[in-house]
Amino acid sequence: MGNLMAWIDARFPATKMWNEHLAEYYAPKNFNFWYFFGSLALMVLVIQIISGIFLTMHYKPDGAMAFASVEYIMRDVPYGWLIRYIHSTGATAFFVVVYLHMLRGLMYGSYKKPRELIWLFGMFIYLALMAEAFMGYLLPWGQMSYWGAQVIISLFSAIPVIGDDLTLWIRGDFVIGDATLNRFFALHVIALPFVLVFLVVAHILALHEVGSNNPDGVEIKKIKDANGIPLDGIPFHPYYSVKDIVGVVVFLFFFAAVLFYAPDGGGYMLEYANFIASDPLKTPEHIAPVWYFTPFYAILRAVPDKLMGVGAMGGAIVVLFFLPWIDRCKTKSIRYRSGLFKANLIMFCVSFVVLGWLAMQPVTETITFMSRLFSILYFAYFVVLFVTSKNENTKPVPDRVTS
Amino acid sequence: MKKILLVLLAAVMLMPMLATASSGAKLYKAPIDIYDKESLRRGAKNFADYCYSCHAAEFMRFNRIAKDLEMSEGEVREMMIHTFNEKGAPTKIGDLMKVSMTDQFAKDTFGAAVPDLSLAARARGADWIYTYLRSFYVDPDRPTGFNNTVFPDVGMPHVLWSLQGLQEPVYKTVKHGDVEVEELDHMEPIQAGKLSRVEYDMFLGDLTNFMVYIAEPVQVERRSMGWKVMLFLVVLFFFAYALKKEYWKDVH
Repeated sequence: MGNLMAWIDARFPATKMWNEHLAEYYAPKNFNFWYFFGSLALMVLVIQIISGIFLTMHYKPDGAMAFASVEYIMRDVPYGWLIRYIHSTGATAFFVVVYLHMLRGLMYGSYKKPRELIWLFGMFIYLALMAEAFMGYLLPWGQMSYWGAQVIISLFSAIPVIGDDLTLWIRGDFVIGDATLNRFFALHVIALPFVLVFLVVAHILALHEVGSNNPDGVEIKKIKDANGIPLDGIPFHPYYSVKDIVGVVVFLFFFAAVLFYAPDGGGYMLEYANFIASDPLKTPEHIAPVWYFTPFYAILRAVPDKLMGVGAMGGAIVVLFFLPWIDRCKTKSIRYRSGLFKANLIMFCVSFVVLGWLAMQPVTETITFMSRLFSILYFAYFVVLFVTSKNENTKPVPDRVTS
Repeated sequence: MKKILLVLLAAVMLMPMLATASSGAKLYKAPIDIYDKESLRRGAKNFADYCYSCHAAEFMRFNRIAKDLEMSEGEVREMMIHTFNEKGAPTKIGDLMKVSMTDQFAKDTFGAAVPDLSLAARARGADWIYTYLRSFYVDPDRPTGFNNTVFPDVGMPHVLWSLQGLQEPVYKTVKHGDVEVEELDHMEPIQAGKLSRVEYDMFLGDLTNFMVYIAEPVQVERRSMGWKVMLFLVVLFFFAYALKKEYWKDVH
């Protein structure tokens, strides 16, 4: 065995990689609950890829057959229903863990120097994930697939001059049709998964280059023992690998609960109208995107002008990319930051959730007013952060991590 | 951190209070019991006798019904299959539940294509189907002689009228603030059908139950697999947690 490893190591850096990324990657020993969601996101990605491969074996990306092929998977393919529900529940689970993972970054300042690139790669992952989910949602070819895509793609027509040609180019037809379904299938199963995996590798490589942040926002590399090992660091493997297994089991428990007992998520994960085959001549009464897009959809609806609305919606995502430079406070963790920062972050989270809920409601005056109010509060987070973070009233940060 | 979670939780819990009252007719709760095979078999018969001549259930196979509802293939054939396939041979037990009515014929006759019912219970909900089938009333202005309070001006005739009898809606005036709105109070029977009111509701209950079943035939198996998986994960949790404890003993 030792000989075999030596033979391989002389030709491929297997042991070196194992050590660099697992056995001798020193992570801070004070990771808490919030630090489960990175590895969970990686696991969900794997679940989605594997379940997706099996779905692809039976799904037909054809305007005339797509809807029936999904029902064929649900009824006639052995355990097809299980694979399909794993994949549809996985989409929601992906966004749940990614949103919690991002919130963790906001709380503990994980995007700050020297981790700006980790944050940027992460934001690109989020962007690719949104594209992946949006294109995947077209594939069942139900009414909500069709009309949701119709609404979202038509947003591009708001762009001056090139708008109409651009939407035509995206759809490949004058309406959403077979051509759109085919290209979305290609992008969903090949192009975007590639992009995602590439970005995830970059995200992790960047993380392992600078080392993990932690709930105290302390750089553990500053204090090392005689062997050059951080005093507050423990090898990722076996410590965090065994700890993450616990997280995985708990996560899978909730995942199974949804998958087996509420696979349509009360109409929020598999929308009821999506059990009707797509019909270009019949617009559903109420078109709402799937829950993970709703906060941005609410911002879009809040702005009366279409182009401005698209701009605001895009801006709500783009502004997150600049967070490492918007937040000018040197102190990373929320534990040692001002009450104002805490209040600001809470307000941001509340705005995000409330906006998500607002987008699922039919438009009324009250709903529009609230959408505007909470859209302003969403952006206010960044403004307040930029203005107040430079001279923030912070508490002293300890040299070592607290437990 | 706990505060953040608490505030988030509170915000989420407040949301239903803000929700505007949903529009549309009030729906009755359908008596669904997907484990009641007797009811499902009666529902299958009701479906075959009254729905299946016009409505297809084109994602459902006859032999799947036989298997899931614990009937012999002969019984299902007797109950449901009275047609021939495209080649002129009798429809096979493994075939999908299609109908021969074309969309064009349906449009010429009823003014609309006849919707497939495989997924109706998932698209509309069981309560909607149950209430809809109770809500036909006499309306001489409609070509079929019937209208519906749940689905106004529906193209479908009241196929079950001989069972339910005939009824008329009675409206009442309700004040919403300053606005007065006519709302349905109740249905007044004007001619009895073959079934009593209770019998008719049971008939619809069985039928709706069957439609809930065909919308997702695997649901019983799904639930029975679910608790086993979750139980396994609970057991696995104790092992995983013990392993973590053991490894982390030396971390201080």
